[in-house]
Amino acid sequence: MSPVSLSQDYFSFFGIPRKLSVDTADLQSRFYSLSRKFHPDRFARGTVADQQHALDATALLNDAYRVLRDPIQRAEYLLAQEGFDIGEQRSKNVPPELLEEVFELNMLLEETPERDELERARTKFQSMQAETDEELSSLFESYDASEDRKVLQGIRGVLNRRRYIQNLVRDVEKALAQ
Amino acid sequence: MSTFQIDFGEQKSPVVGIDLGTTNSLVAVMGPTGHPEIIHAPDGSRLVPSIVSVSETGELLVGAAAADALLTHPERTVYSAKRFMGRGIHDVQHELEMFPFRVADDSESVIHLQLGDRLLTPPQIGAEVLRHLKEIAELHLGQQVSQAVITVPAYFNDAQRQATKYAGRIAGLEVLRLVNEPTAASLAYGLDKRKEGIVAVYDFGGGTFDISILKLHDGIFEVLATNGDTHLGGDDIDHLLMRIALEDIASEWSENISGNQEAVQLLRRAVIRAKEELSFVPAAFIDLVYHGKTYRRELPRDVFDRLIAPVVNRTLGPCRQCIRDAGVAIEDIAEVVMVGGSTRIPLVRQAVETLFRARPHTELNPDEVVALGAAVQAGILSGDVEDTLLLDVTPLSLGIETMGGVVSKLIHRNSTIPASATEQFTTAVDGQRNVLIHVVQGERELVKDCRSLARFDLKDIDPVPAGMARIEVRFLIDANGILNVTARDVRTGKEQSVDVKPSYGLNDEQVEAMIRESYEKAEEDFRERQVREARVEADAILAATEKAKANDAWFNLSNKERQAIDGAVNQLLVVYNSDDHTLILGHIERLNQATVNLAENMMNTAVRGALKGAKIDDLG
Repeated sequence: MSPVSLSQDYFSFFGIPRKLSVDTADLQSRFYSLSRKFHPDRFARGTVADQQHALDATALLNDAYRVLRDPIQRAEYLLAQEGFDIGEQRSKNVPPELLEEVFELNMLLEETPERDELERARTKFQSMQAETDEELSSLFESYDASEDRKVLQGIRGVLNRRRYIQNLVRDVEKALAQ
Repeated sequence: MSTFQIDFGEQKSPVVGIDLGTTNSLVAVMGPTGHPEIIHAPDGSRLVPSIVSVSETGELLVGAAAADALLTHPERTVYSAKRFMGRGIHDVQHELEMFPFRVADDSESVIHLQLGDRLLTPPQIGAEVLRHLKEIAELHLGQQVSQAVITVPAYFNDAQRQATKYAGRIAGLEVLRLVNEPTAASLAYGLDKRKEGIVAVYDFGGGTFDISILKLHDGIFEVLATNGDTHLGGDDIDHLLMRIALEDIASEWSENISGNQEAVQLLRRAVIRAKEELSFVPAAFIDLVYHGKTYRRELPRDVFDRLIAPVVNRTLGPCRQCIRDAGVAIEDIAEVVMVGGSTRIPLVRQAVETLFRARPHTELNPDEVVALGAAVQAGILSGDVEDTLLLDVTPLSLGIETMGGVVSKLIHRNSTIPASATEQFTTAVDGQRNVLIHVVQGERELVKDCRSLARFDLKDIDPVPAGMARIEVRFLIDANGILNVTARDVRTGKEQSVDVKPSYGLNDEQVEAMIRESYEKAEEDFRERQVREARVEADAILAATEKAKANDAWFNLSNKERQAIDGAVNQLLVVYNSDDHTLILGHIERLNQATVNLAENMMNTAVRGALKGAKIDDLG
């Protein structure tokens, strides 16, 4: 096997353009054919060097596929590549537009909430999440067209908000499961 | 270390597929027609009971012979050893009371079982079963077998996988791949049909439960998610029935037999028989006859179902979680493949049908389908099976301990393997030479709720001020689901040495010692066989000589010749009990020499007699 460079970024490893919108069906078929090419199963009787390369290339392939097929992880990856600090759990500041929601939910969880109250909260947060997803996909398109760093800045803000909404959904679901 | 030499020559040595099960084990190989086949032993049997026993003379019995020994010498016999693979004593404390064998002290991180005067770890017991299967395969194939694919429960953690790999090495097998059992089963089912779509595999065996959901597409078997319980299986049903029967017996016989292992094992057999019958008939009996006393209890299926419902229900939680993790809707799952002996139980089939709203597939023998799939994977690795590729996942998240005993997850569960993650570490104190990384597996937030996997010691770090060191550590889960850790000093680019201290299971040195021991044992066994064969030969020549003394030819010998023969016989008798087979063979040869004349005379007498006989016949 001719060794493939393992220092490429995920997009070029998959041979796709460096864009935030990705055709997932195409990505999957590329994933399958690259798997057939690199997988350690194909080199079980090969040399030690071939086996090691197969292992490293397939690990990279799998890591890349995991990131690229998920819009959020894909955007975070591209942001990090572009030098943005995406500091996942590090920024503890609640986005100001969510302060009210966070406060209300905490109040609700402190008492013994009724089931339908929790379900209402869940529906609300889920629709907020859907809104941010739509917002993101239009920002993705805008970035792909312009490659404007200012758009990336905006995406970073929305991703941060989305993470908080996701935490709210998680907290409500935890309360519902109890 | 290269204990095993791989032959890269023209002639391809066969790679076998092995299902190392809790209750039974099997070996299979790709047949000439491109279909996997179970290899049967010379007596026609296919299943090898995963039982090992140490006889009173210290010999190891495996399989059916050991299953018999379980009734006569339960305290020297191990079954279900797979439940102890890669585990410590605290993990299995509560179930040990149901097992006849004794666990030795010092079983904190590796369980040691005391069988007679031998102390064996679960990998060594697994190795005996593997060695037995290897011999069966070699007999059948007429050539040496040194490479294998071995299956493991999908939900096995790192330590359990390592233990299984070690078992292979101790048995003299290079383990080319560990394959998850449900995935292997899907290979056996999906090979010919070129199936497409989402498939679930429900694998309920003797000791473990797995559920896997796969996407099949153009020969690619992509596992989307897996879940399970490595301590849930038919054994639990047996134990449930045994507890009830033991209580019954205690009140009926006014005698508690739970300490009597011989009686307990007889009861275990009776309980298993009743359980198995109940898959086909509406009622069965648990029958025990022991020392003239009898116990008989009727077990109708509805009572049985009620009893085992909690065990069966324990499989449903992992199923639901697996469906969620796979990101599929129940309606998307076209088929459910049933694997493992416990899926013969009607209640289990019913529960699966209800949950998945799909008719379970039971066309292939649930005991054999995993081994068949292992053979297919062996065919993939040896290049005999083309266009088929298995993409499996890691069942448990991998993380490291951070401040306050919190887990920072690096590789999430259900990530396709091989998978990797890279983390940078630094030092907290000026001149610090070591950094210790504690790696855990599990889904919980706190270290104490996860399974400790190992501690990796980054050694000989260049002494620099606190916070200046930059050690990049790469965590890589390979295609076997086993973690490999490498480290690099970012500033110097040098490889950083890493010392591994597994929390459970054996370390490399212990495995090496066991491999050596197994070779020595094999040598010892070989020597013993040579001695035994020499004695058999000695018996034959001594008997023949004794018989010859009644022949006319004996009396035709000179005194000197007769004395020489008597002398050689006496000398052979003196060395007969020696452990040195060459000594025995040497004296057999001397007796042979001494009796050349005698044999010749006897031959002549015989020929004369024969000629005489012939003449008489002619005349007659």
